[in-house]
Amino acid sequence: MPDHIVPKRIYYTIFAILMLCTYLTVQIAFFDLGVLNAVAALTIAVIKATLVVLFFMHVKYGTRLTWAVVVGSVFWLGILLALTMGDYLTRVWRTYG
Amino acid sequence: MSELIQHPALAHHFDSLEQQKEASTLGMWVFLVTEVLFFGGLFATYLIYRNWYPDAFAAASHELDVTLGTINTVVLITSSLTMALAVHAAQLGQRRLLLIFLVATMTLGAVFLGIKSVEYYHKFAEHLIPGPGFQFEKEPVHVRHAQLFFSLYFVMTGLHALHMVIGIGIMFVMWWWSWRGTITAEYYSPIEISGLYWHFVDIVWIFLFPLLYLIGRHA
Amino acid sequence: MASTALLPRRHYLNDGYGVKSWLLTRDHKRIGLLYLAGVTFFFFVGGAFAVLIRLELTTPVGDLVTDETYNKLFTMHGVMMVFFFLIPAIPSVLGNFLVPIMIGAKDLAFPKLNLASWYIYMIGALFTMYAIVTGGLDTGWTFYTPFSTVSSTSNVIPAALGIFITGFSSILTGLNFIVTIHRMRAPGMTWFRLPLFIWSHYATSLIMVLGTPVIAITILLVAAERLFHFGFFDPAVGGDPVLFQHLFWFYSHPAVYIMILPAMGVISELVAAFCRKPVFGYSFVAFASLAIAVLGFLVWGHHMFVAGQSVYAALIFSILSFLVAIPSAVKVFNWTATMYKGSVSWETPMLYAIGFIGLFTIGGLTGLFLASVGLDVHVTDTYFIIAHFHYIMVGGTIMAYLGGLHYWWPKISGRLYNEWLAKFSALVIFLGFNLTFFPQFILGYLGMPRRYHAYPPEFQVLNVLSSAGASILGVGYLIPMAYLMWSLRYGRAAGPNPWGAVGLEWTTTSPPPTENFTETPEVTWDAYDYQSTVDSRQSTFPAES
Repeated sequence: MPDHIVPKRIYYTIFAILMLCTYLTVQIAFFDLGVLNAVAALTIAVIKATLVVLFFMHVKYGTRLTWAVVVGSVFWLGILLALTMGDYLTRVWRTYG
Repeated sequence: MSELIQHPALAHHFDSLEQQKEASTLGMWVFLVTEVLFFGGLFATYLIYRNWYPDAFAAASHELDVTLGTINTVVLITSSLTMALAVHAAQLGQRRLLLIFLVATMTLGAVFLGIKSVEYYHKFAEHLIPGPGFQFEKEPVHVRHAQLFFSLYFVMTGLHALHMVIGIGIMFVMWWWSWRGTITAEYYSPIEISGLYWHFVDIVWIFLFPLLYLIGRHA
Repeated sequence: MASTALLPRRHYLNDGYGVKSWLLTRDHKRIGLLYLAGVTFFFFVGGAFAVLIRLELTTPVGDLVTDETYNKLFTMHGVMMVFFFLIPAIPSVLGNFLVPIMIGAKDLAFPKLNLASWYIYMIGALFTMYAIVTGGLDTGWTFYTPFSTVSSTSNVIPAALGIFITGFSSILTGLNFIVTIHRMRAPGMTWFRLPLFIWSHYATSLIMVLGTPVIAITILLVAAERLFHFGFFDPAVGGDPVLFQHLFWFYSHPAVYIMILPAMGVISELVAAFCRKPVFGYSFVAFASLAIAVLGFLVWGHHMFVAGQSVYAALIFSILSFLVAIPSAVKVFNWTATMYKGSVSWETPMLYAIGFIGLFTIGGLTGLFLASVGLDVHVTDTYFIIAHFHYIMVGGTIMAYLGGLHYWWPKISGRLYNEWLAKFSALVIFLGFNLTFFPQFILGYLGMPRRYHAYPPEFQVLNVLSSAGASILGVGYLIPMAYLMWSLRYGRAAGPNPWGAVGLEWTTTSPPPTENFTETPEVTWDAYDYQSTVDSRQSTFPAES
């Protein structure tokens, strides 16, 4: 099965979007959006990472197994972060003693 | 299938170059999973302490140079572009272009590390290296937790930089193999797989940059 | 029994002689034997610490060693046993040897990485042994902070680095297995024709790959914190010791599933072979392995019920801990159902298998008691916990390891061992084990705390029973060393299939050739396609000639 060769213009387009996102994330940081600052920064970071994964790392053109591996790793990181934060965020409610 | 002349790169325990390529690619992806979880532990630590000490973290983050950080982000993303173009050239058997793009990738990586070293030196000069010499004159009330921020900063960017150094080493080996003619349009999976590693290191920085450099910048 | 069998002329053991042919081998079978040498050595190192612990605990006063020395004894017993024996034993010895053969491949996907993983294991062990001989480690194998990062005066940094390094061995083994199982199965070997040993090792590899990196970064942070005083886990600087525990147990709980899943894989093979029947509910057992791997990542907080985490987090972890017992129970039921109307024979591996089923059930049930927060609050950090995990790790994993070692010994070595001595040792181990650890359930329930070198005098009788059991257990472990080594030279040749079992490993010679098979097999039979005595179903497995 010959590999899918991604046309160079796709790489250049993605690069341009990544540059735009970088510019945006820096600009947004200088406006006071309260808690949304963190949300915006992380959202943009996730978008950038997704573009790199899909196009530069060819996951969009790859097998389902590769896709499952990527999703799995993010999900597992999510387990670590979610259950740990679940402890910290609920501590103020009540602990022992 | 019987191949009268076996490809020199085909290992004895694989039936075909195709199987070998699929195995090596899956292997690199599984390795990247381990890297996600490896850095993940640090991101968990960051998450807790940023949650606990938002003001100290914001104050400490202000000490980082946004301009240099942004330049470094641009440099790394560009290096991902040159890496993708290197793989593209390899797929088409374009040896000269492949060599050029590999050198470009390595150079951009080196620029990133150079800027990082400058930043580290600045931190040293400003007494922001965690330890007995740590000082936080701008907002002394936050000194204890600002030190925690800088500990995280150095561990996270330091580990990232170590991965960059290894990445540049891998790229050099790829350049050498390409120069020697080992890499062809038929056998280019080492380039592809090294590219996966390189892009991953870029992705880590894509998260490190806003989380470390862009906290509370609006103040 | 193949009493007239001969050893094959050419096999992996005589394919190259000399130290270099072993130390630079890429053959997964030889690498499995390199690991066998390593894990056996470190088992006895860990065992030596256990002897000293039980010796001290024979009397209520701390009269053999000081309390600080005792802290080092239980720490190093735990570190050696967990990281250098239990985690690698079945996957790196039996797994390395059998995974390629069971799926019909010539080797693992990455033979050089496999060899590297052994060297990494040995180098990590060297660091840890260095820490041991230059003063020891006293933090407990759990390295709780801030004691390990601030106050302990023992050799934390080399020990932490040793564990960090060895973790990569685990990661590489898991990576190798995952890629091999996905990409190198022989023609006809579909996922649902795979032996359950492979399913277990696949699930184990998922855990190795997802969990080990987290302890790697955590233990690295402990070493870094000790060196640079970062303060991530030090409350004096604003850090949180409970964060360490979250990160530590995120790996260390799934780690216990790394220890038990391969063992369960062995048991599936043993039960099928010695009941001459397919494992009951094959797909349920296969999916149960995956379920254990996934659910195992969601329960780590049950080690922290009294550590200071929130009650609500404790609640969630408690419910999830009850859930994770279900797939394990499914397996126990299915193994038992396999025995029903099977043609059961009681060779040594089968003795170990039913020993496992009984002891693992006890250990697992006591785990349910501990999952309940209300009960755990009373028995945590007592001997109840110690008894619980030893029932699973020793009564479970080590029994399965020995059972597997005996079952596949003829394949690995080409020789048969002395069956009477083997049966005798299995019995000695079973009796010694129960005498050692059952009294500990009672001691823990009565309130004897763990990690103390002295205890109230009213606990002495039970402690003496436990120590007596330990000496019997120790003898039980030494006898197989003797007769297995003896068989290498003097044992009768085994032939390709001494047990008459179904499986690709039994279609090749004993010992196998370096490339495992003279011809790539084409699989047309199910995993445990035994000729059925109940409904006269014929087997399509190629019978040995």
